[in-house]
Parts: sequence; structure tokens; C-alpha cells
Amino acid sequence: MAIWLTENSKIIVQGMTGGEGTKHTRRMLASGAKVVGGVNARKAGTTHEGLPVFGTVKEAMEKTGADVSVVFVPPAFTKDAVKEAIDAEIPLCVVITEGVPVHDSTEFWAYAVEKGNKTRIIGPNCPGIASPGASNAGIIPADITTAGRIGLVSKSGTLTYQLMYELRDFGFSTAVGIGGDPVIGTTHIDALQAFQDDPGTDAIVMIGEIGGDAEERAAAYIEQHVTKPVVAYVAGFTAPEGKTMGHAGAIVSGSAGTAQAKKEALEKVGVRVGKTPSETARLMREIMQAR
Amino acid sequence: MDLFEHQAKELFADYGIPVPRGIVAHKVEEVRAAAEQLTGRVVVKAQVKTGGRGKAGGVKVADDAADAVAKAEAILGMDIKGHTVHKVLVEEASAIAEEYYFSFLLDRANRTFLAICSASGGMDIEEVAHTAPEKVAKVPVSALNGVDRAKAREIAQAGGLPEKALDGAAELIEKLWCCFVDEDATLVEVNPMILSADGQVKALDGKVTLDDNAGFRQADHEALADKAAEDPLEAKAKEKDLNYVKLDGSVGIIGNGAGLVMSTLDVVAYAGEEFPGKPSPANFLDIGGGASAEVMAAGLEIILSDPSVKSIFVNVFGGITACDAVANGIVSAFKLLESRGEAVSHPLVVRLDGNNAQLGRQILADAALPRVELVDTMDEAAKRAAELAAVGA
Repeated sequence: MAIWLTENSKIIVQGMTGGEGTKHTRRMLASGAKVVGGVNARKAGTTHEGLPVFGTVKEAMEKTGADVSVVFVPPAFTKDAVKEAIDAEIPLCVVITEGVPVHDSTEFWAYAVEKGNKTRIIGPNCPGIASPGASNAGIIPADITTAGRIGLVSKSGTLTYQLMYELRDFGFSTAVGIGGDPVIGTTHIDALQAFQDDPGTDAIVMIGEIGGDAEERAAAYIEQHVTKPVVAYVAGFTAPEGKTMGHAGAIVSGSAGTAQAKKEALEKVGVRVGKTPSETARLMREIMQAR
Repeated sequence: MDLFEHQAKELFADYGIPVPRGIVAHKVEEVRAAAEQLTGRVVVKAQVKTGGRGKAGGVKVADDAADAVAKAEAILGMDIKGHTVHKVLVEEASAIAEEYYFSFLLDRANRTFLAICSASGGMDIEEVAHTAPEKVAKVPVSALNGVDRAKAREIAQAGGLPEKALDGAAELIEKLWCCFVDEDATLVEVNPMILSADGQVKALDGKVTLDDNAGFRQADHEALADKAAEDPLEAKAKEKDLNYVKLDGSVGIIGNGAGLVMSTLDVVAYAGEEFPGKPSPANFLDIGGGASAEVMAAGLEIILSDPSVKSIFVNVFGGITACDAVANGIVSAFKLLESRGEAVSHPLVVRLDGNNAQLGRQILADAALPRVELVDTMDEAAKRAAELAAVGA
């Protein structure tokens, strides 16, 4: 079992014909994901990587039965691509693109809400979602882990890979990279809720980083709603104030958004927080071994 | 990117928002000329990208040009919370009847924009919000609907602004919204927004933060960057498209992925606590998923040109890029730097994990690069890098 992405998911790629789109379409196909086509208005009717290219998301859905879209289009066109996916009411839209202006992400989020949240948006600036052994939508390397019963939600791509790798002997139900931008579609809380409800998930790894208060709000949610064990990791304890650390959203402003505050909020509700990624993996290992 | 007050006001003026007449001055003589041109009472305001400059003595009223010079002499060169004052804004003094607060900002938690308005302006709004929250109106603004004159008026009313200020405030707020959207700002703040003695609503101060991600459609924003204040290494890294932040320690850090690099800084800082002098990270450097030889060489070059660096920790998780490619990148980078006469002389601790990690380690072992050590885990590698920095070898 998995959340949001299963072996039956049919994936289309918006921006499939570009460099990144081509490279990762190949990787997704190689990992066994059911990629069924691409979208590019200017190349509609052609084939790319052996897959049909459609003019619109709507058309691609009608012709292939696709229910997941992965967006690789450049930042200048991301807003329109996501709005198109929302208009087509595709159930899941995974936005990999990095560097999307926050006015654009705020706008497409408002648009999704106005249209009744029929499309789950993951990202932008994220590695995507992988349900090992079942499907893979995005750029998460499929072969670093195995299928299992741990759920993972993370703001960071490489830390996701690190934890998936360290815990590969236990394996994962689903790993969701929600992205490091200030405004994102799917949050830690959304993923926690889905993992709590997923019979295929026994325990949850949550990875956060400096900036905003998503981890604090996730802690409050865990206290109220999550009975499965959660271990967490927070990156950026030594980040200086006022400097953006790689991710657009990773910035400590004044006393807000510090790693320490996030760690304390999580520990207060009984979540064990690892000091390093490896210690976090050890904490999860203990939980899984005790089951 | 944060703007200086004078830049924010120049931007406001472009959108038709009333601001006092003002002139930027870098030297005392320029202050005299500015004050003479403006005539009458002026305000000399330190231009620094930090709050609390009024309390620090960075804002002074002057009666005439000679007084302005005297005030500027004290302000120029002053240190305000670690920011040296290199320029002042000389501005005509305004006859203030009332002071209000206004801002538009990004509300990350609610994934929307927010207008904040209060009739209690001029002071620390966070303090007002804390002690008298009822005096601060927070009105969500949808990115889809925006702010027209009617909405602007509604926000001003919610903030408790008096009837006599409503028309002027609504006009200013509507124009400020245009500025916020058209300039891809994540914050526009006017504190105080004043009602002048002659009944005009003006922006007496301005704070603007622009979204760096919008650079591709905001060509004129680059000219607003404060090149002089930029760290020289950060500037050099930017030219090479490297994601680099200078820190004050002695362990150079190279990694792939923002989260992993942030985590590496933490792990190195923890490890450093056990060694003499407590070595800590010298920088943040994310070479991204690709980690090609060229990028690795560019990264090593930046770090090696930092004189405080004593050891280097290369921390890579092979996800999309396999570790053998990263190892080949390191070997090529060493050759590239050596051919330029910049051979790597610092100890380099490398941790490779993930895809083809064994193969990557083998490539590095076979290359037998001088002063390169392979360590299996991130925690142990961080410890070794800190130890080497402490030894100062």
C-alpha cells in the first residue's frame, strides 16, 4: 500500500520534450512507473521517447486515462502549466520545477482552492513522490531503497534519498518530497494525515528545515491526530539569520523559523528528533525492530 | 533581496505613491548640497538594511544645511547592528499629523497574501500586535482577486484609520498593491504611513523585499543589488552560478542538495565542539544534483580561495548522479586545478554514499590523490574534517 501514488497510477509529463523532462521520463520508465504520455502544445501529435505527445493535459487524460502529471516546464511557464492541470482536474500534479516566483505559486494555489481542490499539488521545487516497487513520479532515484512500511515526508530532496538509503532494509510505503519553497501545495500535515490513514504504513519519518512554521504546525497536528510513531530531523541549526540557504524558503527571519524552535515543538509532542540524519535513521530502526 | 529605504521610495514614486522629496548622499559635502537644494528643515536618515536605526541614533532632524552636515557627520560610518552606514537619505521634513502602519506581505502559513494595517503606526508593529492585537488589522488578500480601491478602503477602515485619512490611504494602498504584484515583492511595508498637516497620506518610510526567483522577468532588479556589501567570495560564486554562502568557520563544505548541505553544516559544527578551537563550517555550498567535474572544480576553487579554510569536507549522496561520476568529477577537478597552478593543498575528506558508492570510492582510492581521505559515514567524515581543521594542517 502507498499514499497518492500506486502501481496503477498513469503518469503524464508536462514539459516531457525538454532536457530535464526527457531525462527523467526515461528514468521513470526504467523504474517501472507507468508513464503514458507527454504534454507540449507545439509538439502535439508527435511521439517522444516512444510516448504520444498531446496538446493539453485534458486531451492526454482523455486519451490515456492519466491521473498524475509531473511538471518539468521552466519557471516562466510553470504557473500556466499547473493551472492547466487544475482545469483538467487531474487528481495529482507534481511540480518539480525550481525557481518559480512565489507570486506564481501563491496564484496557482489560490486557483486550486477556488476550483475546489480537485487536484493535489506537490511542490514546486521538489523531488516528487515515490512508492517503491509501485510507481515513481518525479526525480527520486528508484533504486536506492525497497518497498516497505515506512512513510517519509520531507522538504529536502537529498536528505530524503539519504534516509531512504539508510533504511533500505526496512523499505518505504511512500516517500513524498514536498519541496523547499515558501509556498507549496502539499504540506507535512497533508502527508502525516495520509500516512496515518494508510494501512500500509507503520511509522513516519518527517524531515524539516529552517524557515516558516510548517514543522511547528505539523507538531500540533501530530499531537492531536497521529498515533503512529514519528521520528523527525530538522536541518539548519547553524544557519545564520537572514541568509537564504539554497532553498528559497530556507531562511531564518529574526527569531522566526529556527531549527531549534522546530525541534522543541516536535519533541514537546513526543516526536524523537535525530541530531544527524544517521541518528534519525537509527531512531526509526529501533521503532521498526521493536514491532 | 531587501532594498534600501531610498530604493523602496524611488520604486513607490514610480507607482505614483506620495513620498517626501529626498536625495541620497554618500559624503558630507553631498549632504550639504542636498539640504541646500531641499531648503528648510530636513531629516538625515541612515541607509541600512536593518530595523531599529531610529533608536540607534541613525535618524536626525536638522534645521538647516549646516546642521544637516553636523548630523550626517555623526551618522555616516556609524555601526547599526553590524551594518556600517555608507550613505544617508536627506529628506524634506514632513509636518506629521498622524502616523499609521501598512504592509502587504506573503503569508507562508496560509499560502496567501496579507495586508496589515493599523492606526498605531510609527513604532514596532510586532510590539503593538503583541500588546494590543485589536489595534492591528490582518486582512487576507487573494492572489486571484487582488486589491482595488474599494478593497483598499475596506482594509484602511479595518485598521481603524480615521475618516479624514481614508480616501488618501485607499489610494496609496491600491498603488502599493500594484507595486507589490508588478515588482514580484514578498514584502512592501510603509511605517509610518502618515497623514500630513495638510491632509495628505504619504509614505514616510519604505521597506521592500523582492523575490530573487522572479529575476527572469524583472530585468531591472539586478541594478538594485548592493554590490559593495556583497561578500567577495559570494559574488565570485554567484558569477559561476554556485549556491554559496560565506560563514565564519574553517571547514570548507561542498555537498549536493540544499537540505543535505544544511545538515552537513550542523553535523560539522557538532563534531567541531570536541576539538580545540571548536572548528565550524566556513561556508554553505550546494553543487546541485549534477556534480560534474567543472562544477566540482569551480566549487573547490571558491573554497580554496577562502583564507580561513583549513580543511574541506565533500559530502555527496549519489541519488540522480551516481557516486562514480562524482568521484571522476573530483579527480578531474584536482587535475584541472593543478594544470592552472592551483593544486589542492588542503586536506580533503570525502564521503560518498548511495548509488555506486563502492565504485566511486575505488576510483578515488586508485587515483591516490594527495591529502584526500575517504570516510564511510557522514558523521565520521564530519568529525575527521573538524579534527583536520583543528590541527590546522
